[in-house]
Amino acid sequence: MLENYLPILIFIVVALAVGVVVVSLGFVLGPHRPDAEKCSVYECGFEAFEDSRMKFDVRYYLVAILFIIFDLEIAFLFPWAVVLGKIGMAGFIAMFIFLAILVIGFIYEWKKGALEWE
Amino acid sequence: MLNLWNSFSQDWPTLATLILILLKIVVIMLPLMVLVAYYTYAERKIIGYMQVRIGPNRVGFFGRHAFGLGQPLADAFKLMFKEIVIPTKANRVLFVIAPMLSLGPALAAWAVFPFNEGMALADINAGLLYLLAMTSVGVYGVIIAGWASNSKYALLGAMRSAAQIVSYEIAMGFALVGVLVAAGSLNLSDIVRAQSGSLLHWYWLPLLPLFLIYFISGVAETNRAPFDVAEGESEIVAGFHVDYSGMTFAAFFLGEYANMILVSALTALMFMGGWLSPFQGTPLEPFFAWVPGFVWLVAKTFFFMYLFLWFRATFPRYRYDQIMRLGWKVFIPITIVWILVVGLAVVYQLPWWFD
Repeated sequence: MLENYLPILIFIVVALAVGVVVVSLGFVLGPHRPDAEKCSVYECGFEAFEDSRMKFDVRYYLVAILFIIFDLEIAFLFPWAVVLGKIGMAGFIAMFIFLAILVIGFIYEWKKGALEWE
Repeated sequence: MLNLWNSFSQDWPTLATLILILLKIVVIMLPLMVLVAYYTYAERKIIGYMQVRIGPNRVGFFGRHAFGLGQPLADAFKLMFKEIVIPTKANRVLFVIAPMLSLGPALAAWAVFPFNEGMALADINAGLLYLLAMTSVGVYGVIIAGWASNSKYALLGAMRSAAQIVSYEIAMGFALVGVLVAAGSLNLSDIVRAQSGSLLHWYWLPLLPLFLIYFISGVAETNRAPFDVAEGESEIVAGFHVDYSGMTFAAFFLGEYANMILVSALTALMFMGGWLSPFQGTPLEPFFAWVPGFVWLVAKTFFFMYLFLWFRATFPRYRYDQIMRLGWKVFIPITIVWILVVGLAVVYQLPWWFD
C-alpha cells in the first residue's frame, strides 16, 4: 500500500526540483546590473503614491469563507459518491438532507447579496 | 509510528527500484516539457491562422526555416539570458519561491495519471483526490507572487485570480463528485474502465452538464481567455506577475501551460473515455484495433488543448462580476442538481445510463 506512494513522493521532489532549476538557471545565466530605477515599484511610470499593501475589499474574504464551506461539502460528498451504489436509497436520502441544509445556506447568502460583485 | 517505520524499512526499496522510478519520471516529464514548449508555438500559430496571418515562421534550425519550429527554443534561451529583476521593496525569498510553487505542482499532478491500461507511474486508489490537492496548491503560487512583489497591481491581480480560481474549484469539485457517483471509484484507471463501451457510453453524454462545467471551470482555473481578467493588460497590466522577468516569468508561463495540458488530459480521461477506442462494441471495432490506447488518449487531449486556443481567439473577455456570477450562481446550482439526478440514476440502476 505504502510503496505505491513512494513514486509520487519522488515525483513531487523532482517536479519541485525542476522549478528550482528553471529559476536558478535564470539567476546563473542572466546578467546582474540592478539600479535604483530598475528595481523601483512598477506603477505605470509614476512613483508609488502609497503603500501597496493596502486595505482590500471584504468580498474577497467572503469568497474565501464560502470556498472553505463548500470545499468541506465536497470533502463530505466524495466518500458518499464512491459508495453510493452500495448504500442505496437510504444513503441517497441522508445526503439529500445534508445538501438541502447547505442549499438553504446558499440561498441565504445569495439573497443577502454575498455573491454580488458591483 | 514504530510499526509504520518497521513495515517501511522491511521493504525498503532497493537502488534498482529507485532508478527505475526515476527513469519513469523522466519518461513522463521530458515529453511533457517539450509539449509545453510546443504548445506555446501551437498557440501562436493556430491563433495566427484564425486571424488570417501566419504566426511564427522565421526561427528554424541551422539556418533552415522549418515552419518556425525553433521558436520555443529561441524563446527559452532568450528568457534564460535575461536579468531577473527583484524590486527593492519585494520580499526576496517569497518572490523567488512563488514561481517554483506554481510550476512544481502543475508537473507533480502527473504522477498518478494513467496513460494506458496499467500504464501509470502510481496507480493509487485516491488518485482523483491527489489531483485535486495538487491543482489547489497552485493558488499559493499566485497569492505569494502577488504579495511578495509589493506592488499594487500585483496584489490586486493576485486577489482577483485567487478568488476566481477558488470559486471555480468548487464547481470543478462538484463536477468531479458527479463522475465519482457514476464510476464508483476514486482510482483514475477505474474511472476510465467504467466508461468502456462505444463513445455513447463515455461520461460526456450522461454527465453532459458536468462535462461542460468541468471544462469551462478548467479554462477559468488556468486564468485563460475569456476568463483572464487577472492579466487584463489594459487594466492592471500583467496581473500577479507584473514584476517578474526572465526565468521567474518563464516558470509562471510554463506552469500555466502545463496546467492547461493537465485540464485537457483530465477532461479526456474522465468524460471522453481516456484511452478507450471510440468504436468499442461497434462493428467498426476490428478496423481500429491496431491503434494503441495511448494514441486515443493523446488525440482526445490534443482536441481539448485546441479548444483552449480556439476560445482565446473567439471570445471577448468576461467582466469580473460576470465571472463570479457564472461561477457561483450558474455552475454551482447546476452541478448540485445534476449530482442528485446522477445519484438517483445510480440508486435505481437506470439502464440507459448505467447498465
